[in-house]
Order: sequence, then C-alpha cells, then structure tokens
Amino acid sequence: MLAYIDKIKEISNRLLKEGKVDMVIGFRKGTVPMMNEPCFVKTPEDIENFVWDSNCGINLANYLTNRKEKIGIVAKGCDSRNIVTHVIENKIKRDQLVIIGVPCKGMIDRHKIEAIFETEIQDVVEADDKIIVKGQGLEKTFSKKDVLQDNCALCIHRNPVIYDELVGEPVEEQKDLDRYEDVRKIESMSPEEKWRYFDDLLSTCIRCYACRNACPLCYCPTCFVDESRPQWVGKSIDPIDTRTFHFLRAYHCAGRCTDCGACERACPMGIKVRMFTKKLEKDCLELFDWEAGLTLEERPPLDTYRPDDPDDFIK
Amino acid sequence: MEHMGIEPGRLHFSWISSAEATKFVDVVNEVTAAVKALGPNKNFLKTEARVA
Ligand code: SF4
Ligand code: SF4
Ligand code: SF4
Repeated sequence: MLAYIDKIKEISNRLLKEGKVDMVIGFRKGTVPMMNEPCFVKTPEDIENFVWDSNCGINLANYLTNRKEKIGIVAKGCDSRNIVTHVIENKIKRDQLVIIGVPCKGMIDRHKIEAIFETEIQDVVEADDKIIVKGQGLEKTFSKKDVLQDNCALCIHRNPVIYDELVGEPVEEQKDLDRYEDVRKIESMSPEEKWRYFDDLLSTCIRCYACRNACPLCYCPTCFVDESRPQWVGKSIDPIDTRTFHFLRAYHCAGRCTDCGACERACPMGIKVRMFTKKLEKDCLELFDWEAGLTLEERPPLDTYRPDDPDDFIK
Repeated sequence: MEHMGIEPGRLHFSWISSAEATKFVDVVNEVTAAVKALGPNKNFLKTEARVA
C-alpha cells in the first residue's frame, strides 16, 4: 500500500507537466497523527507533499462539487463510487476528470486506536500489516486488520470502479462477508429498544455537523439544518432535534451512500453515524438490488420508476 | 421510521383518488383506530426547551 505513492507522484507529475489537468487532488500529512488531509496540487514542485498510507480515509469526491477546472483525483474504491454518484448527479463532468485509481486495503480507525492507547498519540507509522503507535514513553504495535475502520472491514469494493490510471495491481476483494449483522440486530429489537438504542447512540452528539461536512453527498447550498425560513428542525442539542437532523440526513443519502465511512471518521465524538445510513443501504440492496456508485449507465432507484417497485406499504 | 423506534401502525401510507370517497372514509377510520390502539405518541415530543 505504501508503495503506491511513487506511482501517484509520477502520474501527477506527468498530468501537470502535460497540461492535462489544472490540479491534482490527493493527500498530504496532517498536523496530527492519523489525520491526513486533502491537498490540492497545482504545480509539479508541490507534488512532494503527497503521501499515501492507511490514514487517507477522507473521501476526496467531496472536493469535486461544482468545480470547473480539469482535475486529477486520487481515488480509492469508495471515492470512485462517490465520483460516479457526483457525475450522475451533475456535480462534475466525467471529462473534467482524470481518475488516479488506488486499489485499497482499508483505512485505520483513529477512534479505535485512541480508545486503546492510554496516552496522547505522537506518531503512527506502518510497516506491512503492522501499525506502530507511539506516545510518551509508550509504544504499541497493532495488527492493521484489528484497527480497520468498521466500514473498511466490511468493504466489498476496494478497487476503484472507474479510473483512468491505476497505481498498482487490483487487490483481492473481500468475499462472503456478513455486511449487515449490526443492522439486523437493531431490526430485531422492539420499538422501545430501538428508540433507546438511537438515543444512546446520539447522546454525545454536539451538532458540530462534521459528519455532514465530510460527506460527499451533502453538497446542498443550504442544508435543511441551516435553513431558517422555514426552520425545518430545531437548532438545539435537544435529543429530538439531534435525532431529526440525523435521520433526515440519512434519508437524503438513501440510494446514494457508498458506506465510505467519511462521516464516522470525521465525528469528534466517535459516534457511529453509519448506523442510520446502513439501514437504508441494506434496504436499497434488498428492495432494489442497488449498490450506489457502481455504474454511470444506470439511474439510482430513487429517481426512476419501475412498475415492479415494491409498494406493499401503501394501502 | 420504524427502524428508529416509531411503533408499526403509527405511520400509514395510502393512495386514494379524488373519486374514491368510500376508500377515503375507510382509510381514515382504519388509521384512527390503529393509532388510538397504540395510545398517545411518546416519541418525537419536546416537552420543554432544554438548555445546556
Ligand atoms: S471503504 Fe473500501 S475502498 Fe474505502 S477506504 Fe475502506 S476499504 Fe478502502
Ligand atoms: S453518509 Fe457517510 S458513509 Fe455514506 S457517503 Fe456520506 S460520508 Fe460516506
Ligand atoms: S460529527 Fe458527530 S458530534 Fe458532530 S454532528 Fe455529526 S454525529 Fe454529532
């Protein structure tokens, strides 16, 4: 995985020098460990800033919305699916993009590592499948598969679904995963237990909207939570307002969410916000045989009508 | 909504043409009966404004 970086730099260099793109969007090292940040490179000199490791969990499709330039973009499996979704939703044109595909082996979960590491984390390095975490007078080694982001552990589209160049051989896709164990667990609860489950889940939410801002799907010029005329939802951290924000946002992502995990990764409180979107993802798969962002050829279920659409809930 | 804890039977969907007066009456009766059976809604209620 680490070896990809040379290839990323080489391709970016070529694209910029040949004038094929105005900029390349990739990752640079973040100011704190495990938080690589997006990086927009416009000149070959700046390409040195690019990095690639297991901390590139942000979804870069988020930075394409309504751009006019020609852009080279580094894309993991999930980013590529959100790029497809962006193209379908007319947020960017396919011919504006040169997609630099990265076969992905999963990103590590900073919340998990922070939770098991006692002191402040000063540095995180990786070698093969080991993650070495260093803090004051303390060093621990984890196996990468134990600290993967939840969604990466369950990811079945690690290879980019569209790309113009690939930085390495495609990786083997994970098979025979039970992707929805957690959702089924909630489905089997009684209404009161469900209500309580989500109450607990959101009890620490501070309404910072980092989850929304990190999500490539959330590009509305004015989000419904910010609207004040009319005001759709209260702006307090009353549990009802918080819940309204979360379930409505999830609905807005129905049939579009790729389970990229950027929302969950961004949350400062470590809230598993995917528990809302995952139910809708599961329903889309079961009711419409749909997984978001796999093809440019097909319209998503929520903007097409088929006579055989399930409608048992309408009496 | 049910996934989040709203009781089944509180939320109803129906397609009624403006010509289907009897269906409308039936549906209204059914919905009222189902919701009455569930009793007052306890979720999605803000009793008083909370201040942090
Ligand atoms: S969701 Fe899949 S493609 Fe995206 S970072 Fe995780 S493993 Fe990689
Ligand atoms: S809702 Fe979360 S998992 Fe889904 S596309 Fe947005 S950021 Fe990714
Ligand atoms: S990022 Fe976390 S704390 Fe912030 S609004 Fe989203 S769920 Fe709440």
